[in-house]
Amino acid sequence: MSVSADRAGETGGPAPEEGVDRTATPARVRPKRDWGLLVGLPLFVLATLAGWAIWRQTAGLDEIETRALDWATVRELTWEHIVLTVVSALLVVLVAVPLGVLLTRPGVRRLTGPVVGVANIGQAAPSIGLVVLLAMWLGFGFRTMVVALTVYAVLPVLQNTITGLLGVDRGLLEAARGMGMSKGNILLRVELPLAVPVIMSGVRTALILLVGTATFATFIDAGGLGELIDTGIKLFRYSILISGALLVALLALLIDWVGRVLEAVVRPKGL
Amino acid sequence: MPESTDRRPGDRRPDDTDTGLQRVVSGAALTLTDVTKTYAAQKRPAVDRLSLDIPAGEIVMFVGPSGCGKTTSLKMINRLIEPTSGTITIDGDDIKNHDVNELRRKIGYVIQGGSLFPHMSVADNIGLVPGLLKWDKKRISERADELLDLVGLDPARYRDRFPRELSGGQQQRVGVARGLAADPPVVLMDEPFGAVDPITRQRLQDELLSIQRRLGKTIICVTHDIDEAIKLGDRILILREGAQIAQYDTPETILAAPADAFVEDFVGAGSALKQLNLARVDDIELRQPVTAVLGESGADVRARLDAAGETAVVLLDDRRRPVGWVFRRSLPDGPITAPRGAELLRVDRQATLNDALDTMLASAYGGAIVTGSRDRFRGVVTFEAVTEHIRSTARDATGREPGVAQAEAAARDGGS
Repeated sequence: MSVSADRAGETGGPAPEEGVDRTATPARVRPKRDWGLLVGLPLFVLATLAGWAIWRQTAGLDEIETRALDWATVRELTWEHIVLTVVSALLVVLVAVPLGVLLTRPGVRRLTGPVVGVANIGQAAPSIGLVVLLAMWLGFGFRTMVVALTVYAVLPVLQNTITGLLGVDRGLLEAARGMGMSKGNILLRVELPLAVPVIMSGVRTALILLVGTATFATFIDAGGLGELIDTGIKLFRYSILISGALLVALLALLIDWVGRVLEAVVRPKGL
Repeated sequence: MPESTDRRPGDRRPDDTDTGLQRVVSGAALTLTDVTKTYAAQKRPAVDRLSLDIPAGEIVMFVGPSGCGKTTSLKMINRLIEPTSGTITIDGDDIKNHDVNELRRKIGYVIQGGSLFPHMSVADNIGLVPGLLKWDKKRISERADELLDLVGLDPARYRDRFPRELSGGQQQRVGVARGLAADPPVVLMDEPFGAVDPITRQRLQDELLSIQRRLGKTIICVTHDIDEAIKLGDRILILREGAQIAQYDTPETILAAPADAFVEDFVGAGSALKQLNLARVDDIELRQPVTAVLGESGADVRARLDAAGETAVVLLDDRRRPVGWVFRRSLPDGPITAPRGAELLRVDRQATLNDALDTMLASAYGGAIVTGSRDRFRGVVTFEAVTEHIRSTARDATGREPGVAQAEAAARDGGS
């Protein structure tokens, strides 16, 4: 009698046994999380990094190579690269999320098209061109690079914030209004939490864009691992070039991993 | 809590004999005067000068064809839609005199499917409005547990679950609990049970009625299902386009004397059968079969069955809750254990005869087990008892004007 089984799960009273309560079981399955990727990725990065370190210690490097791949230098360049990425990512979130919120408020919504268009230009323009043009205007250095990176990576977060907020079930919003929640309350307690998964996937995209683009920082004297690649090309030292490229790639994988972990951690329970 | 003793004639909600309470009223009266809503893009108003008195503590069902303005009318009460003109008062107080958010916190709102916030636990969903009203945490969590209990969900088990871990019916139950959380005098329901399967819906309706018996809120409920309206409503408001009142009366009167052809059409064919939605299992005599308590010796029970000349026994647990039917031939010689397998089908004593018939058809034992408060066993409703009831209603109806009209209508429907 399938009908009765339905009701068993339904009453929720003391009658149905844990096992009989089949109505709740399928829902309890958590959204699939790629554990292989979450655990495997950092392991892979560490292993590759260890391999490179062993090569660095044992290979017969000439004087230029030794100086360029000096441990302290590599550490410093990596650190600069990370700082560039993280600082601009934070700025991107600080700019794009409030902007996205603003653009989804009634009355302002028709500005969405033009603003997203402008953000699109930021991303469509070749990143190297954007970096150099901004440097001509604002001068060389770390700050200019952060500005350039921010402009470059605003789009995915802005777009996802808008998509995430507009994607919140209208019925839920009406329920929230009908229960007497204020607009601010609805935004902070309903809209944003429900949009978080979509916003976070935009942030991850932005992070990956940023790690890659931060490589160009070296051209405007803002440091980063791009310096190794640049040096390698200029001096025809493939060991330096490949080391730089490898380290950037590993860093990108690592940052992507951080983004994934962040996504899982920030995602509200229950979604 | 003020108690009202004026039960209108034909009130078909018997007092809860288990508690012996008078009819409780904690709701507020609602008045709509010339309420009109015109949308800019439309020529005809969606709601055109609707005037309506809703007495405190009653369930009023808004029904009508889609686009008739029933949902618009409902949403104007909590100002989700602002009326173009006209006034709405709750207990004589114009709703426009209040801050809109404060007003809404005092009006319960229950929506199809529950519309629970998926990122909040069941308790947080229920505690939302009390939280907005700045109740302290302890009181909110106690209130959530109390309400979970009221809607038939074990607080310890469901409090910390998230909505996606609940079945549709359970979500809807939590939705009802959320609507009642701040003890509002008026509760608005927008097709509350539209998204669940028929059997769950029937059970939720029964529960709503039993909750209403204890609370006496003023409940305004939009539905497109006339059967639901007949079952739940103290009064039914049938609307035609532009929220024009076609008829506003008790279900009995609407079934017996539809105001015009529109209402007759809307109520539909087979209104004699629809009367089954008006009669409760409680109204008819229940058969008392042989019962046995878990752990009793099978041989004893068999002796009792033979003495009574019956072939099946109803098993009860130590709290007199029915566990299942057992045929004589399946009785063990030793102590009886709970039958395994399918869960038992049963109906609440407040269920309508219509629901009881549904359940009986699915049962192999020629009857449905009826339970009272706390799921305690009360007896068995049988086909014979239901047919007898139909026959006696038909007898009463002959000679009465509406009854004749109805019989004629039924004959017409049958002929077409």
